[in-house]
Amino acid sequence: MISVVEQRKTRDPYLAAFERFGRSEEAGPAWLRRIRERAAARFAALGFPTTRDEEWRFTSVAPIAERAFERAADGAARVSAADVARLSMTGPDAAAIVFVNGRYAPELSAPGALPDGVRLTSLRAALASDPGLVEPHLARLAAVEHHAFAALNTALFEDGAFVLVPANQVVERPLHLLFIATAPDRPAVAYPRALIVANENSQVRIVESYAGLGDEVYFSNAVSEVVVGQHAVVDHYKVQRESLRGFHIGGLHVHLGRSAGFTTHSIALGGALTRNDVVAVLDGEGGECTLNGLYIADGRQLVDNHTTIDHAKPHCDSHEVYKGILAGQAQGVFNGKILVRPDAQKTDAKQTNRALVLSDEAQINTKPQLEIFADDVKCTHGAAVGQLDEDAIFYLRSRGLDLAQARAILIQAFAGDMLGRIRIEPLRAQLEAAVLALLPNESSP
Amino acid sequence: MLDIKDLKVQAEGKEILHGLSLSVRVGEVHAIMGPNGSGKSTLARALAGHPGYEVTGGQVTYNGQDLLAMAPEDRAREGVFMAFQYPVEIAGVNNAYFLKAALNAIRKHRGEEELDAMEFMALIRDKAKLLDLDPSMLSRPVNEGFSGGEKKRNEIFHMAVLEPKLAVLDETDSGLDIDALKTVAGGVNALRSPERAIIVVTHYQRLLNYIVPDFVHVLSDGRIVRSGGKELALELEDKGYGWLETEPAGANARA
Repeated sequence: MISVVEQRKTRDPYLAAFERFGRSEEAGPAWLRRIRERAAARFAALGFPTTRDEEWRFTSVAPIAERAFERAADGAARVSAADVARLSMTGPDAAAIVFVNGRYAPELSAPGALPDGVRLTSLRAALASDPGLVEPHLARLAAVEHHAFAALNTALFEDGAFVLVPANQVVERPLHLLFIATAPDRPAVAYPRALIVANENSQVRIVESYAGLGDEVYFSNAVSEVVVGQHAVVDHYKVQRESLRGFHIGGLHVHLGRSAGFTTHSIALGGALTRNDVVAVLDGEGGECTLNGLYIADGRQLVDNHTTIDHAKPHCDSHEVYKGILAGQAQGVFNGKILVRPDAQKTDAKQTNRALVLSDEAQINTKPQLEIFADDVKCTHGAAVGQLDEDAIFYLRSRGLDLAQARAILIQAFAGDMLGRIRIEPLRAQLEAAVLALLPNESSP
Repeated sequence: MLDIKDLKVQAEGKEILHGLSLSVRVGEVHAIMGPNGSGKSTLARALAGHPGYEVTGGQVTYNGQDLLAMAPEDRAREGVFMAFQYPVEIAGVNNAYFLKAALNAIRKHRGEEELDAMEFMALIRDKAKLLDLDPSMLSRPVNEGFSGGEKKRNEIFHMAVLEPKLAVLDETDSGLDIDALKTVAGGVNALRSPERAIIVVTHYQRLLNYIVPDFVHVLSDGRIVRSGGKELALELEDKGYGWLETEPAGANARA
């Protein structure tokens, strides 16, 4: 436990970094600098959260706060085309752009040909060429008031991804935003940022993936904002395969318009400490939001998923299924908040959280949090935490499978349910292989 | 083939089988009958190696091997099969995929070539026809969403594919209507052979109209109290099990 004075000091290096960066040309146009000023002020006021904060009760970020990460140097030269190919996972059909330590790496990117008006570029380039497309949306969804990490990213991000799909446009190719972190010399922090705007009646599939090179210590503090216009459909994936010594704190902030559809699949496999915050606001009638999550943790990994689905308007549906597999001394946290505002009649919200705990020392803290202020709604939630089903193991063994095979089949089935929902075939196949490789001490039949 | 001597089995700390003896020769079909709670299913589960059933005494020799010392999968690989009274639903595990893994584990143990997907599909299509199995049951998760009858049929289907040497059917008839009962019995009869033994555990005589046993044993309070030919089943049908309470426990089964 560190003292309050020491805890205050943990924010100093970041505030000093903002002193240098925040008023420079690098920080962008005046309107963005004003947003950054406010974000930096919020971070200064909030500081890093502690386990005394209800939202961080089970997740101590002391390993991040106490380390005083420096901003990561430009690492693009250390990343080869082979690294990108290995980390891509989305197949040759995808349009991929690559960021190293949060900065766009054009030499590693291959956006290829895209339909008219579709932008898949860097935020920095978009701010220079089309500020009018960016300004209405950037940093409008990721609330910095109460979340220190969102504030920190907003104050300090240098670049990021900008995706824009014009109205009525259907993008067939998956768009892939690959964020690679590298910190070869000393622990470093990067601030990956993404802004995704799908205008009215458009459709797009987007993969955000976060990966490290090797076994380095770094901190990825990521924020993504997704604006789903009316009648637009966005199928979104977040694949987290950070270094096992890396820290990943990510925020995904989504706004759904009238009759909009948004699905996200969060697959978290890496990182020493991972915290994902998903906040989706159903802000028009007839919206539909689906949150799927799968996380696998072993050793001393910690994975914390906090989700909020905000039913702000009537006749919206939300479906949420999170599943975790915890082995070794791993820890899982799941907090699923569903907010149904007074106007949001005819809400249909369903939440399921399941965790498979494979060892005596692994643990999960799980909490549904339903806050319902409308009366004509349907909200269900269920949580199940347990070991592998002994009856199922015996059934499989009684037919000739050995214990390891039986366990592996059941664990794969548990994860397979979530992987089967992935609609980008190469991504699904590669994640199945990645998951299989992670399953602790089990063999495949 | 199977020699059970003075078998004592506990479940949840309570002794259920109090010294059961039974011999089964290859090619024979034995029926084990008895009232609820007499230990019929306990016997079946103990033979399959269910971890919830603790053997506290006696011996079981199977083809010259100490069956009780073997892990459940080793029993299966050596040819022991139990059709479950309550087949387990396994979400997310494809029925055919599981069966292929099981068959190949057994074939590997026997030193046989593993079947590839094409060979396996050809094999199970024939067996599925034999049991009038809806083809969709092959691609669905194991037992999940199956009706009671479908689950039992699926058990016999597994048996038909795995071709065990010793099959133990634990109340496979319970919950089956007469048509399903005939189908299941047909599947079992198709497997009757001089190289195989079958133990049919049942509460009722009806199944034995279709699977005609060579021997019938009556189990009461954890022991076999009477053994006889197939006519014993008809006698039980007439008299019910009430007489067991008045008659003293008889000698053990035929050696």
